[in-house]
Amino acid sequence: MSKPVEQLDRVIIRFAGDSGDGMQLTGDRFTSETALMGNDLATLPDFPAEIRAPAGSLPGVSGFQLHFADHDILTPGDQPNVLVAMNPAALKANLKDLPKGAMVIVNTDAFNERNLQKARYASNPLEDGSLEGFHVHEVALTSMTVEALRDVDGITSREAERSKNFCALGLMCWLYHRPTEGTLAFIEEKFGKRPEIAEANTKAFKAGYNYGETSEDFAVSYEVAPAKLAPGRYRQITGNTAIAYGLIAASRQSKLPLFLGAYPITPASAILEELARHKSFGVITFQAEDEIAACGAALGASFGGALGVTTSAGPGIVLKSETVGLGVMLELPLVILDIQRAGPSTGMPTKPEQTDLLMVLYGRNGESPVPVVAASSPAQCFHAAIEAARIALKYRTPVYLLSDASLANGSEPWLIPDVDSLPDISTPFATAPREGDPFLPYKRDAATLARPWAVPGTAGLEHRIGGLEKEDVTGAISYDPDNHDLMIRLRAQKVANIAADIPELELDDPDGDARTLVLGWGSTYGPIGAAVRRVRRDGRKVARAHLHHLNPLPRNTGDVVRGYDKVLIPEMNTGQLLQLIRAQFLVDAVGYNRVRGLPFRSSELAEAITAMVDA
Amino acid sequence: MTTDGNGAPIELTARDFKSDQEVRWCPGCGDYAILNAVQGFMPELGIAKEKIVFVSGIGCAARFPYYMETYGMHSIHGRAAAIATGLATSRPDLSVWVIGGDGDMLSIGGNHLIHALRRNVNLTILMLNNQIYGLTKGQYSPTSERGKVTKSTPMGSVDQPFNPLSVAIGAEATFVARAIDTDKKELAEVLRAAAAHRGASFVEVLQNCNIYNDGAFDFVREQKENRLYLRAGEEVRWGDKGVRIGADGSAEVVDASEGGLLVHDPGHVEPSVAFGLARLTYGTVGAVPLGVFRDVRRPVYDDSVAEQIRAAQKQRGEGDLAALLHAGDTWEIA
Repeated sequence: MSKPVEQLDRVIIRFAGDSGDGMQLTGDRFTSETALMGNDLATLPDFPAEIRAPAGSLPGVSGFQLHFADHDILTPGDQPNVLVAMNPAALKANLKDLPKGAMVIVNTDAFNERNLQKARYASNPLEDGSLEGFHVHEVALTSMTVEALRDVDGITSREAERSKNFCALGLMCWLYHRPTEGTLAFIEEKFGKRPEIAEANTKAFKAGYNYGETSEDFAVSYEVAPAKLAPGRYRQITGNTAIAYGLIAASRQSKLPLFLGAYPITPASAILEELARHKSFGVITFQAEDEIAACGAALGASFGGALGVTTSAGPGIVLKSETVGLGVMLELPLVILDIQRAGPSTGMPTKPEQTDLLMVLYGRNGESPVPVVAASSPAQCFHAAIEAARIALKYRTPVYLLSDASLANGSEPWLIPDVDSLPDISTPFATAPREGDPFLPYKRDAATLARPWAVPGTAGLEHRIGGLEKEDVTGAISYDPDNHDLMIRLRAQKVANIAADIPELELDDPDGDARTLVLGWGSTYGPIGAAVRRVRRDGRKVARAHLHHLNPLPRNTGDVVRGYDKVLIPEMNTGQLLQLIRAQFLVDAVGYNRVRGLPFRSSELAEAITAMVDA
Repeated sequence: MTTDGNGAPIELTARDFKSDQEVRWCPGCGDYAILNAVQGFMPELGIAKEKIVFVSGIGCAARFPYYMETYGMHSIHGRAAAIATGLATSRPDLSVWVIGGDGDMLSIGGNHLIHALRRNVNLTILMLNNQIYGLTKGQYSPTSERGKVTKSTPMGSVDQPFNPLSVAIGAEATFVARAIDTDKKELAEVLRAAAAHRGASFVEVLQNCNIYNDGAFDFVREQKENRLYLRAGEEVRWGDKGVRIGADGSAEVVDASEGGLLVHDPGHVEPSVAFGLARLTYGTVGAVPLGVFRDVRRPVYDDSVAEQIRAAQKQRGEGDLAALLHAGDTWEIA
């Protein structure tokens, strides 16, 4: 007799274990199977910066949260309905996030004296009643795995134990009706070189699946129907992969070779790694000796006519600043990606923040305006990268693209765009002037104020550029006071003019009569969206808008923010956009600011919005 | 050699490499002689001037690109080698020159210099060494001798100086040479060899700063008997002295009559002898070796990068964006 199946509209699962337990892999696999089921989903990997903190310790806990649903969702979810805890530390670190009534699956084998001590438990939580109110499933995952692998030749007992994450994955696949073919194929491919390990993981996976089916502990299993998303072909994508693809697309759409200068840094490294795999697109990836060289090499490549890009995170961006300033003076295209993480200094390398906005806007000597674009979701990173490249090429300027650690590692379904629909962002190089006319490297295009991009190898355009102030039109070195004043204003005007070339700020105010506006930027897009839905569901009226361009701001920004009695600006910083909006538009906007190294919860945002609407 | 609009070759002269910018170094600066030498031998390269790029950092010597009628970038302090690496790697068709001083390249830019050399990027790097910071008005540099009294070291510098050639050889440079600013014929000779070398070439040019460090190299610029010209295939000797490799592997100075002198071979794969010759400079030898110390072949960075791209395209075809976006697990929603 088969077990009953319960229908759910959405589930939030968190896998948690030691950083050596394979939780990210487990989460990734579960996500892939979920994506293929056609659910909408969003993920939040959350791992320590240390590669292997001491096993069983609280700082070593690695987690992966997945939210999937039969409708479109915007965030990885606030509170997990299900926690899979591989040891006491994983339970302790995550239990506080669970609502009462949540399901907790624990690996009882790991709840021994030693691990309890390491997790600083005074008594065993499985025995002392502290899990009252939760649906606890005690499963001996480790011993079940070891038992299942008894017949596998050629593996050590340690290797057998290490397969327990696949056992947990198998159990969860049964519980939520996920297909198994993909994971079995994945195991074959990943461990093909060590067939005995592949066999072990396969058996562990099946053992977990079968345990769900046979154990009386699990009386019910769950189904989540596919989501009704826009028609088309989808794939699951992380923000960093989307950026890498966006850069390759920008290279194709501009007909320029892509040159990436980068230095490894969390959480940006995956972009370098991804692009390094695509040399067949003519992509050059240069792993430089430092952040400065990475940016310098990209700028050198731009001088030569490539699409020069450099990727980093806050501490590396600090080092690149001088080179970005040079790019402002040279007026050459350059895309600088800042995958923000918690700071200051090294901060919390694997945790997201939005704390670099003022740095990228103002963190250079002299008046040095640089356009800034911000990505808002993992999939949107693709278009954000193309947009940053478009502005850089068209206006011959460095452009910052801001993402953050939650977008970088988080994933969601992506409606794969038709490549023929991508914008043409090609920009012509300067050609030789007429006989007798000198080439004028700082003679600007009347419409864009961009100067000509004359690349070495073009006869007749030989010229010298540099960081010293330029004379208007000729580009010769000039210390003339009035010329300096003029050039400062021209460079600023060039960037300001971009406002005419970007979309207006989109306003979401369904009835048109809300009195409160929520304004956001970057990765808070999802949490703000989910919060606004909740508030509206409660019958309250609230408008929202989300900025994808931070410099210049969309031309209607002032009208939008002045159109509401109350403006709330949630940010994962202490109020950086807030300062800009208040200063530029003289509106009494209010910030909602939490700097916890974690994405916002939509529930907390909903409370804050509600409070403001009701005030 | 370049061509006119009809494809006919045009003979270039030194004049073609002079830009319209007024040269503004201090009267008597060694930079003038070096600029003249470079402009003088550029036509010999047979490279169209639009294919030549000079990249510099900051400092007196770094003003060089402004005076060359080629492409050029005067960039930021110390970073010329890094910027030139990006340019040369993405544009293997260009002849890329990096020019700067001892402070620019060995202090703030030391990191980029050693990495450009170890990678063997196809760059010709000219380091004009006057053992002082000129543009910032006379502070000691990383090549200034111990005890040097300057504005920033009123009691004398306590820093151990760099020997630029030791640094270059230590960084696995494939071409290392030295010349003197005023020794026009030999300077052109060394530049010619450096330009002909595929990969990173490093040339130290001993140069006088008559304002802040006048006479620093007089013992070799003025006293020609102290010049030890290295010639491939010939014994390393000057006057009645010669160089022999000692039992401990170091270069030692002996009476030439003793025989057994080192025969110079810049193409020797092993860098120890070139390193030993470079060390002689700062010993009590009484002579300064000049010329090409080392000239060996090693895979060139830009070539290897291009080769990997060709190999990837041969293996997988030229990148297909639609195929890339659709790779992996995808699903259809109707």
